Amino acid sequence: MVAAQFHLEEAADGPVLHLVGEWTVAGLPEAEQLSQGIVAGSGERPVRVDAKELVALDSAGALMLIQRWLGRVPWPEIEGLRAADKDLLALVGERMATPRVRKRRVYGLGPMAERVGVATEFAWRQLMLLLAFGGQTLETIAAILVGRQKLRWTSAVHHMERSGLDAVPIVCMLSFLVGAVVAFLGATVLADFGAQVFTVELVSYSFMREFGVLLTAIMIAGRSGSAYTAEIGMMRAREEIDAIRALGLDPIELLVIPRLLALLVMLPVLSFLAVLSGILGGALVGGTALGISPGLFLARMQETAEISYLFVGLSKAPLFAIIISLVGCLEGLKVQGSAESVGRHTTSSVVQSIFLVILIDAIAAIFFMELDI
Amino acid sequence: MSVRGLVNRFGTQLVHENLDLDILKGEVLGIIGGSGAGKSVLMRSILGLQPYQAGRVWWFGQEMATLADAARRQLERRVGVMFQDGALFSSLTVLENVMVPLKEHSKLDEHFITDLARLKIALVGLPPDAADKFPETLSGGMRKRAGLARALALDPEILFFDEPTSGLDPIGAAAFDELIATLHQALHLTVILITHDLDSVYRICERVAVLADHHVVAIDAPAKVQEVDQPWIRECFKGPRGRMAYTQAQTLEAAG
Repeated sequence: MVAAQFHLEEAADGPVLHLVGEWTVAGLPEAEQLSQGIVAGSGERPVRVDAKELVALDSAGALMLIQRWLGRVPWPEIEGLRAADKDLLALVGERMATPRVRKRRVYGLGPMAERVGVATEFAWRQLMLLLAFGGQTLETIAAILVGRQKLRWTSAVHHMERSGLDAVPIVCMLSFLVGAVVAFLGATVLADFGAQVFTVELVSYSFMREFGVLLTAIMIAGRSGSAYTAEIGMMRAREEIDAIRALGLDPIELLVIPRLLALLVMLPVLSFLAVLSGILGGALVGGTALGISPGLFLARMQETAEISYLFVGLSKAPLFAIIISLVGCLEGLKVQGSAESVGRHTTSSVVQSIFLVILIDAIAAIFFMELDI
Repeated sequence: MSVRGLVNRFGTQLVHENLDLDILKGEVLGIIGGSGAGKSVLMRSILGLQPYQAGRVWWFGQEMATLADAARRQLERRVGVMFQDGALFSSLTVLENVMVPLKEHSKLDEHFITDLARLKIALVGLPPDAADKFPETLSGGMRKRAGLARALALDPEILFFDEPTSGLDPIGAAAFDELIATLHQALHLTVILITHDLDSVYRICERVAVLADHHVVAIDAPAKVQEVDQPWIRECFKGPRGRMAYTQAQTLEAAG
């Protein structure tokens, strides 16, 4: 490759521009650097162009030549240019766009307030949308209960397997580890008071009431909620949702209700398994590191734990299931025809559902405390 | 560019068997064949987008499979592809889409690249305000044109079109044919047209290769290929649509 070069020569009748080398995308960069700042029409325009030593010309070279030296037609005479290159130059000159000014973003307090306002209104709209979507879903459920619409059992069972059964190992594993960690933490603090045996209460109490269901909900929001958004979002991007509507079917009945039902059934089950694994993790640490034998652990639990703890914890599971599936499906339906949009809504779905799950869990904790359960 | 003894097989389904094809510099070659005849597979094999079971592919006289990665990339820049639906990156605007190959493969200044990208967008006949739009907001025809602008970004010597006129209305398809012909002349491109639109074949192709029975069964000027005695060619060219396209092309030629 011969890099593009140019030089101006003062002839008797004015400057002559000599072009050398390959005026192509690959050969241009050097000449581009050297000629920056030259704008055709502003300074002296060459009276002639000598292209005898020009090796190759492509549209990038043609554009640069016109932009920086030739300017508007009529162009100065170009010597030694091949006929083919002449065609190219003419075509580029004809289609060349005039440079445009780009819009710039404005900064300052006023625009900032404006953006905050826009964002607040957006957040409010999202909330309304979620509530409306919840309403629509309830309506569909009612229609199914009175027999006007059908419940898709096959789909529901399929989703139970995918977001319930398939999640068992990871949920159990995670709870087991957190249970072990809680036991260690508790033992370290309680040992100072000589009350190591209270580790049993700590683990069982926290897992039955809070951690079991909370850990499961967060795992499922990340695992299944995001999958719901991506699946439905992809369907939306490929116009499958429109096809469902055009066929006279209801996307809520077909896509949302089975997923909602699947989580509604599976989340309490998974939460229960999470409670068991968490306590198991605590018992293991108790048995190996703290000198609380499994027998003692069980006896102590029987003495102190009440079955109502478990019910308090599990009662939140259906609520979380509704939130995760509704947010997941709604975000999927909001997708607008591009891969980036699918990604954005999937992120938004996970963030929203985890946020709502923790928020509701906190409110529930206060609620149950006031009720003295 | 040439292909020798190409074999493509998916499981037990044979697509190509010892297929040979030569592409001459500066020509407009149409590749036609029924649905499922392996037109797109052939293109993807030539482009190296899909591994093939046997055979050899030469680009600019060099065998692709034997080249080192760097040398291969060098060659790949000299070939452009317009995919069926444009295959634009959906998260970028049209302008940014066209700028991607320029930014990645050249050391030119960003301002100049922007101007160059705008030029390409104008070259393919898109209005200037289309540059800042996202692909999803464009019509099918405009997306194809934007895809073409991106394929043209590095001024390739060879340009592949995958079904350029499918999904376009007759007027849009004719305009696209016209555009291909114009670019072929002005930019001295070698054009390979994968199509099943006989109108395009008659209007712009200098040669046409017919894919059937896992082979190229005929390759010649359209007027000669239609005389070849082969079941698929007979049905295609002598069927109602083929006749219509032929008569139309004749009238156009007589008029122009």
